Amino acid sequence: MSRMVVLTGNHAVAYAAKLARVDIVAAYPITPQTSIVEKIAELIESGDMDAVMINVESEHSALAVCYGSAIAGARVLTATSSHGLLYMHEWVHWAARARIPLVMAVTTRTIGTPWNIWPDHSDFMDQRDAGWIMGFAADNQEVLDMVIQGFKISEDPRVYLPVMIGLEGFILGHTATPVELPGQKIIDEWLGPRRQGFLVDGREPVAIGNLAWPEDTEEIFMDLQKSMREALTVIQEVDREYSKIVGREYGGSVQCIRCSDAKYLAVSMGAWSGDLIEAINNLREEGYPVGVLRIRFYRPFPHSEVWKYSRGVKGVIVFDRAISFGAWGQIYTDLVASMHIYTSKLPFITDVIAGIGGVNITYSDFYELVKNFIDRIERDEEPPRFTWYHKRR
Amino acid sequence: MYSRKSPLPYKMRDVVLPGDAACPGCPIPIAWKVLGAVFGEKMILVIPACCSSVVVGPYPYSSIKASVVHVAFASAAAVASGIAEALERRGITDVYVVAWAGDGGTADIGMASLSGAAERNHNIIYIMYDNEAYMNTGIQRSSATPYGAWTTTTPIIGKTEHKKDVAKIMIAHGIPYVATASIGYPHDLYAKLERAKSIHGFKFIHLHAPCPVGWRFDPRYTIKVAKLAVETGMWILYEYYDGKLRISGPSKPFIDSKRRKPIEEYLKLQGRFRKITPEKVEEIRKYVDENWRWVKLLS
Ligand SMILES: Cc1ncc(C[n+]2csc(CCOP(=O)(O)OP(=O)(O)O)c2C)c(N)n1
Ligand SMILES: [Mg+2]
Repeated sequence: MSRMVVLTGNHAVAYAAKLARVDIVAAYPITPQTSIVEKIAELIESGDMDAVMINVESEHSALAVCYGSAIAGARVLTATSSHGLLYMHEWVHWAARARIPLVMAVTTRTIGTPWNIWPDHSDFMDQRDAGWIMGFAADNQEVLDMVIQGFKISEDPRVYLPVMIGLEGFILGHTATPVELPGQKIIDEWLGPRRQGFLVDGREPVAIGNLAWPEDTEEIFMDLQKSMREALTVIQEVDREYSKIVGREYGGSVQCIRCSDAKYLAVSMGAWSGDLIEAINNLREEGYPVGVLRIRFYRPFPHSEVWKYSRGVKGVIVFDRAISFGAWGQIYTDLVASMHIYTSKLPFITDVIAGIGGVNITYSDFYELVKNFIDRIERDEEPPRFTWYHKRR
Repeated sequence: MYSRKSPLPYKMRDVVLPGDAACPGCPIPIAWKVLGAVFGEKMILVIPACCSSVVVGPYPYSSIKASVVHVAFASAAAVASGIAEALERRGITDVYVVAWAGDGGTADIGMASLSGAAERNHNIIYIMYDNEAYMNTGIQRSSATPYGAWTTTTPIIGKTEHKKDVAKIMIAHGIPYVATASIGYPHDLYAKLERAKSIHGFKFIHLHAPCPVGWRFDPRYTIKVAKLAVETGMWILYEYYDGKLRISGPSKPFIDSKRRKPIEEYLKLQGRFRKITPEKVEEIRKYVDENWRWVKLLS
């Protein structure tokens, strides 16, 4: 039986791990991820969750332990943030390139220096080329649902890749909201037992990770790319199946709000999408034909979905909460490239870098930025291609 | 004294197949044959970046007929711990998880993950095969390189610090089993692995493994050099468990310093000590005496 509870985003991760019947959790504390680890420890020690918690000495070992447990047949979860994620980066690549299903929650936090514990997407985005399926939730309910969906996607034979779920620190991580917990039985039935491509449990000799010649290595990574493409389908399927058992459907890789008749699109990812949607709702009331395209899964990049919704629009404004220094925001770059697959005539596309270092971006910021963008195009003015929207303290 | 012993009770080639990629005289396959004798196919070797990652041979082949998991350089202990926990959870009790790492992967970059895994007392056997430098990358110094030795990063004056004593560090962790061993004494290694196999929890074995390429000696002398290390007292074989250190058979004759061979006999076979000065030899002698004093203190 499902039930309503009040949970922070971090606790939603812990309850999702419990519902997914995770066998082993290895993690290392870091603000703002810490309460995930603490909650899981509490659930295990109180006997509410049947799992093993391994309190490792570093994030590098956290993912290494998870990797070991996962290849030996356990369902595992880890969680980290920012510097912890960077510290384990070697293993982020390793886990994906070895095609090991597992799930990691990333409670996002700005990368230092300077020391900063507030959320942007710099840590999450730093992992984008590692071969993980990368989802990003927008509210605590979605955190819970996405972690559970993450296991299903990760363990799908067409995918067999690790899954990373992002949630902003504090904004979701430490803010309690009502969350519906699905019943254990329906999740058990839907998720089923652990599945993986190969198993190293000593019952038969298996070698994994041997030195490989360039051509063999390349084939392995070509296969990874192929699985990424298949994952686009799997993500849609999983979301649809999940909606049948819990009654919530998100739209797969993207969620589009007020898109059907939109002439303009505002693109975002993460919790601030809520503020953006509110701004768009008000702009709609004022007659602006604008919708929000929210990226739920950033990797694989949902290029066909982006095209589906952006085809024929006049302008796209992208909100990036991270930047590839010397270039642009990552979502912008991928969006432009995706659209270019389908057309050589691009609409006006602008990239707004905002909320870096955890700077608070509110409903009214979005309202002004989107309104301004549309007004300029309607006045036949060329909007800027790139803006770093900064607010002083 | 060991030459009269009966052959080891195993079929050496069951697990370690011919056709590996080791250099002539490499100590690694020598030790693996003993591992194979003890664990058979029911062994999961966890190997970080090191010569051994090459020795098993390239994909899609493997020269080891047991499971092998290659892992990032610093992570042998961590991955082995994860595997052991998963096996335990799945009720698999007849498979042994063996982390097999070099001195660099253990004493340097892997020290934190080793210490963490030991403190948590996961049920694994960790073997540090010690060829006393980073051989895979071309003979650079490690913290386990001995004083005075030439390496490509101590190219002219030799190493100016003594060897890090990892077994001692592991004893301080209070784990159930610590031993030193040498590829020159396979019976002794066999017995130690058998004991380690029978103990639940974290087991650490520091295995001395002379490397002809890196130490600059003729490949036919691998065993001779290994034995000389013990006979000169440079390398002391012991076990530590139940709060007590026990000096192992091959090292027992050398408790009495008068019965030890002069350390020059060991040094002169190796090109890496070619330029060592008498003062430095004297410094090594002091280090050896200090090690013996410490070992006797605990036994
Ligand atoms: C993180 C990282 N840093 C450096 C390396 C390069 N590297 C590979 S093996 C090795 C030395 C290994 O030395 P050791 O552990 O003593 O094993 P050996 O090669 O001597 O058998 C180094 C430095 C690496 N693979 N990964
Ligand atoms: Mg070495």
